[in-house]
Amino acid sequence: MILDLKLNIEKGQFITLFGESGAGKTSTLRMLSGLLKPDNGSITVGDTTWFDSQGKIDLKPQQRKVGYVFQDYALFPNMTVRQNLEYALQKDQDKSIIGELLDFAELGELALRKPETLSGGQKQRVALARALVQRPEILILDEPLSALDLKMRIKLQEYLLQVHKKFKLTTILVSHDIGEIVKLSDRVFELQNGRVIKNGTADDFFGLNKTSAKFRFSGEVLRIEKDDVMYIISVLIGNGIIKVVSDRTEALGLKVGDQVLVASKAFNPIIQKI
Amino acid sequence: MDWQPLVLTFKLAAITTAILFVISIPLASWLSSTKSKIRPVMETLVSMPLVLPPTVLGFYMLVAFSPANTFGSWLNEWLGIKLIFSFGGLVVASVIYSLPFMVQPIQAGLSSLPTTLKEASYTMGKSKMTTLLKILLPNVKPSLLTGIVLSFAHTVGEFGVVLMIGGNMPGKTKVASIAIYDEVEALNYAAANSYSLILFSVTFVILLLVYLTNGGYFKRFAQ
Repeated sequence: MILDLKLNIEKGQFITLFGESGAGKTSTLRMLSGLLKPDNGSITVGDTTWFDSQGKIDLKPQQRKVGYVFQDYALFPNMTVRQNLEYALQKDQDKSIIGELLDFAELGELALRKPETLSGGQKQRVALARALVQRPEILILDEPLSALDLKMRIKLQEYLLQVHKKFKLTTILVSHDIGEIVKLSDRVFELQNGRVIKNGTADDFFGLNKTSAKFRFSGEVLRIEKDDVMYIISVLIGNGIIKVVSDRTEALGLKVGDQVLVASKAFNPIIQKI
Repeated sequence: MDWQPLVLTFKLAAITTAILFVISIPLASWLSSTKSKIRPVMETLVSMPLVLPPTVLGFYMLVAFSPANTFGSWLNEWLGIKLIFSFGGLVVASVIYSLPFMVQPIQAGLSSLPTTLKEASYTMGKSKMTTLLKILLPNVKPSLLTGIVLSFAHTVGEFGVVLMIGGNMPGKTKVASIAIYDEVEALNYAAANSYSLILFSVTFVILLLVYLTNGGYFKRFAQ
């Protein structure tokens, strides 16, 4: 399969790469970070060229300022949580950032533990904190939440967004999870067979502009929008998103992330918390 | 009993192991990560001492290092080194002969580590050397231990190569394995038995320690 990409990412955006397994998402991340060498083309970040096959420029990963969170977290087994973070410090960098990140990620109590003793969610937070130590401008996340249970996923999704905003990052996420993508992304790129076949906002992608049908399912609230006197609630059901119109009383009892039951009754769908 | 052969044996094994440890780490590291086309050739060369009859190695060393020939005479003239009938020669021979016993465990250990470990280190701006010393090697300690112990034990057991290039000189190249051979030839079975028993016990204990350590028995005991 040939990977043939043209990607334009704005600084400060949270973008997601989306597509089937094998579409080339991880390879794209690896090329960006310098772990994989493209055959042809160029990679420019701001005013700096990171790679140019014609100009024979190929910055090593060590020279690119990228925070990379691997799918398997890649925590160093021989080091404690604190040591993992300290290892990422750059030469002459102020060590206070370690304490800051440990606090922010709520890892204080785990600082002296070794990775093998941590749960999935804890490892994830350590991997993320570690990627941020060197104050990268670009944060790359390769399906960082895929190994976690739903509750932990939701918690860490919010956390990722906080991190993105607080550290003013440009974040590139690879994910299969539609809810996650809708929640987090400014822009989505869909890859198929090595090409970007579509790019747009999450709304463009997942039919958030279409109206709902009659049914009865359980799902998760993604968004609550006020529209005059009515509320439009976007609910994630399976892999699809449904928009439900509801009145004030129903809507105010709900918040994003709630698990809900959506049922139809004539033309008035009923929505209630479960 | 004459302790010299035993002292010589363990001295040879210790020095050989130390040298092998230093030269094998870069070699094993390269072998485990390179995509170079000469890798199969290098792996074969490293493995040769496993299957080559020691007398072949001994013979070629004899030819190469003999002062009567080019390389040997060059060594003698310029560096004053004589590698035939000398302890130094035994060290060189042992290093070559025990090379796979150090390289292969370390290479296997390094190859078994997830590649993302070193990749993560690179994205943090760390050089390959730093990554090797601080991340990779500390996570393959059992492999390092195995390499050290196997090389040591293997060198203790050397016979063929030493016979060819050693010259059987007491105090210099008469190692325990040769001494045993001598004593048996001279029908001194008691002496032969002393040496053999000691070698047997020492190597047994060394190997036992390795298996206990790698099997985690000491950790469990400590808990």
